[in-house]
Amino acid sequence: MKKKRALKQTTKSNLITYAMLAGAFVLVEILLSTGNISYMFKGLLVPLCYYSILAVSLNLVVGILGDLSLGHAGFMCVGAYVSASFSVMFQDAIPQDWLRFLIALLLGGLVAGLFGLLIGIPVLRLNGDYLAIVTLAFGEIIKNIVNLLYVGIDENGLHVSMESSAALNMTENGRMIIKGALGITGTPNDSTFLIGFVLLLITVFVSLNLINSRTGRAVMSIRDNRIAAESIGINITHYKLIVFAVSAFFAGIAGVLYAHNLSSLTATTKNFGYNMSIMILVFVVLGGIGSTRGSIIAAVILTALPEVLRELNDYRMLIYAVVLILLMLANNNEKLNHFKEKISISNFLRNRKNGNTLDKEANS
Amino acid sequence: MKMKKFLAAFLALTMVVLCFAACGKGDGKTDSGEKTLKIGFSGPLTGNNAQYGNGVKNGAQLAVDEINAAGGVNGVKLELNPQDDEADAEKAKTAYGVLKDWGMQISLGTVTSGACIAFQGEAAKDNMFVLTPSATAVEAINGDNAFRVCFSDPNQGVASADYIADNKVASKVAVIYDSSDAYSSGIYEKFTAEAKAKGLEIVTAQSFTGDTKTDFSAQLQAVKSSGAELLFLPIYYSEATLILQQAKNASVDVKFFGCDGLDGILNMKNFDTTLAENVMLLTPFAKDAKDSYTVNFVTKFREKGYDETTLNQFAADAYDAVYIIKAAAEKAGINADMSASEICDALKAAMTQITVDGVTGTGITWSADGEPSKAPKANIIKNGSYVAL
Repeated sequence: MKKKRALKQTTKSNLITYAMLAGAFVLVEILLSTGNISYMFKGLLVPLCYYSILAVSLNLVVGILGDLSLGHAGFMCVGAYVSASFSVMFQDAIPQDWLRFLIALLLGGLVAGLFGLLIGIPVLRLNGDYLAIVTLAFGEIIKNIVNLLYVGIDENGLHVSMESSAALNMTENGRMIIKGALGITGTPNDSTFLIGFVLLLITVFVSLNLINSRTGRAVMSIRDNRIAAESIGINITHYKLIVFAVSAFFAGIAGVLYAHNLSSLTATTKNFGYNMSIMILVFVVLGGIGSTRGSIIAAVILTALPEVLRELNDYRMLIYAVVLILLMLANNNEKLNHFKEKISISNFLRNRKNGNTLDKEANS
Repeated sequence: MKMKKFLAAFLALTMVVLCFAACGKGDGKTDSGEKTLKIGFSGPLTGNNAQYGNGVKNGAQLAVDEINAAGGVNGVKLELNPQDDEADAEKAKTAYGVLKDWGMQISLGTVTSGACIAFQGEAAKDNMFVLTPSATAVEAINGDNAFRVCFSDPNQGVASADYIADNKVASKVAVIYDSSDAYSSGIYEKFTAEAKAKGLEIVTAQSFTGDTKTDFSAQLQAVKSSGAELLFLPIYYSEATLILQQAKNASVDVKFFGCDGLDGILNMKNFDTTLAENVMLLTPFAKDAKDSYTVNFVTKFREKGYDETTLNQFAADAYDAVYIIKAAAEKAGINADMSASEICDALKAAMTQITVDGVTGTGITWSADGEPSKAPKANIIKNGSYVAL
């Protein structure tokens, strides 16, 4: 009986997440179709989608697996560069936008997932903080390697160099794909809000199903007590790798969306360095570690906030920092958490059935 | 009780929606109700490159104020809107959206290259006129709606190699460049190609990255042992000051030659400017130059009380950019009632016909691909100030 009820609660919580996403989607679509939306907000729609995907996917590693990963932007970078190179290369060969973008998405995600697996194999066997350090290093290495990478294509095939574009020895018809620190330019702008939203839905769906599956329970048992989990025969490396690779896959997908949203792609400290990795970590921590819904809400608020505050010019970064601190304090405030529980929709639904116990409690 | 909660939640939601939806649509009027021409740009007003963004902001504002005081363009006043993009492509794209909401009709693009490519990607879709003061990457002005005031990266590399070869400054050249920076590696690449063509010998090329820009002893030792006569530094001034200091300590005895990124080196805090003595650089703007345009610009800039550190090449480029727009707009007969796309079509045609004299060069003309044609200015640092070579 007890077990059944617990299951129902997670289902309910998941349904609320989906309802929230659907509501947001309908709201945006209404605003878009009636034209009541500013250009700024229109431009923010795709970024909101990929930052949410990043937050949800990192939540898998940080919240469910309980390991600290500081290299999420590195996986995003891999996805972005692989897919953008592909799109630029095959822009003429595959004229159908949707087909090219679909392949780019799969390619970006899979290569990032592969990298996640490769990094994970040596590292996840270790205990403790090694993962945080190695993933941090990985992110930086990836960023620096793509900054040194020169790739060109001509009729003889692909040329790769780590020195300069002259070292590629291309024929006259050669075309540069990646130009070192100049990055990739001319990526087709295939990312749309609809695609971004569908990808976010898929990410949330996979993430929630993973959490509530046999695998997810095994992973959470590792998080809660590694030794106990090991003693009942759970293959720790195996489960950790699954989560790590899935998380990297979706980070790669977010990278693909990022690359196809802008005309220029360069790897700087700002977009693919540890600053970004920590930014994503902030989304997860502020949203409540382990909460998929919270990750999305935090990602949306923290991405939109600096843009909405633009009017305040120099003060906006100050206000942004203050908001971060206040949110952090609010997250750990007992009274506020009690209040939040009081007004939460899931409790409201439950209380309607079972009589309003919380309200009585609060009023007594 | 429950009803109240619902109401509160509903009202909060409405507020959020209105906040996004009602973000102001500009009506093209100033406070006095007069129509203006709206010029927008984005640049790094905060962060690492803030000096560049604020230089452009102040330079452009100075020109706008001057033009408005003199009666405007075709009788229409100008209005400037700077937006912060932190030199980031993603932020530049959002900044473009913000400027469009404001009702921008003409844009100065962005200050930095990577951001400008993203900005231009959006501007080209809307047929919005772009005249970037300082984005040097070739791709920054892809599309027929975009022009620039400064030299492109390849042009700077080629001009530097030509200058060194033609004036026989040196024959054995070493290079230290930032491989993680688009500006630096862009110049380096073209410099090497042109140097080979001109018969210069590049004895060593050393690189560093944005993460390793404090200790240059390994690179300097390589330069020293290579027997180079001249060290070419296509980098920004903050790293250059360290290189000059460490070169002196390691007694590396070579000539130094840089590009416009070195501009600002004399304003660096805690930097012994005697180290920069005899450093040569190609820059379109030297604030101690004696030509009437520069003297006029520098005096007015200081009168306005702007931050002295923003009195740089970027400010000069932006000041010229606004006057170039004025010249093109007068030629094309622009008025404030025209849409951004109409203005763009008119300005595009006018740009290739005008010749402009300004702070950063005289007799500047443009080709249809947006590149300016002007003579590069070489300077040498003597007694703590720039002297034209």
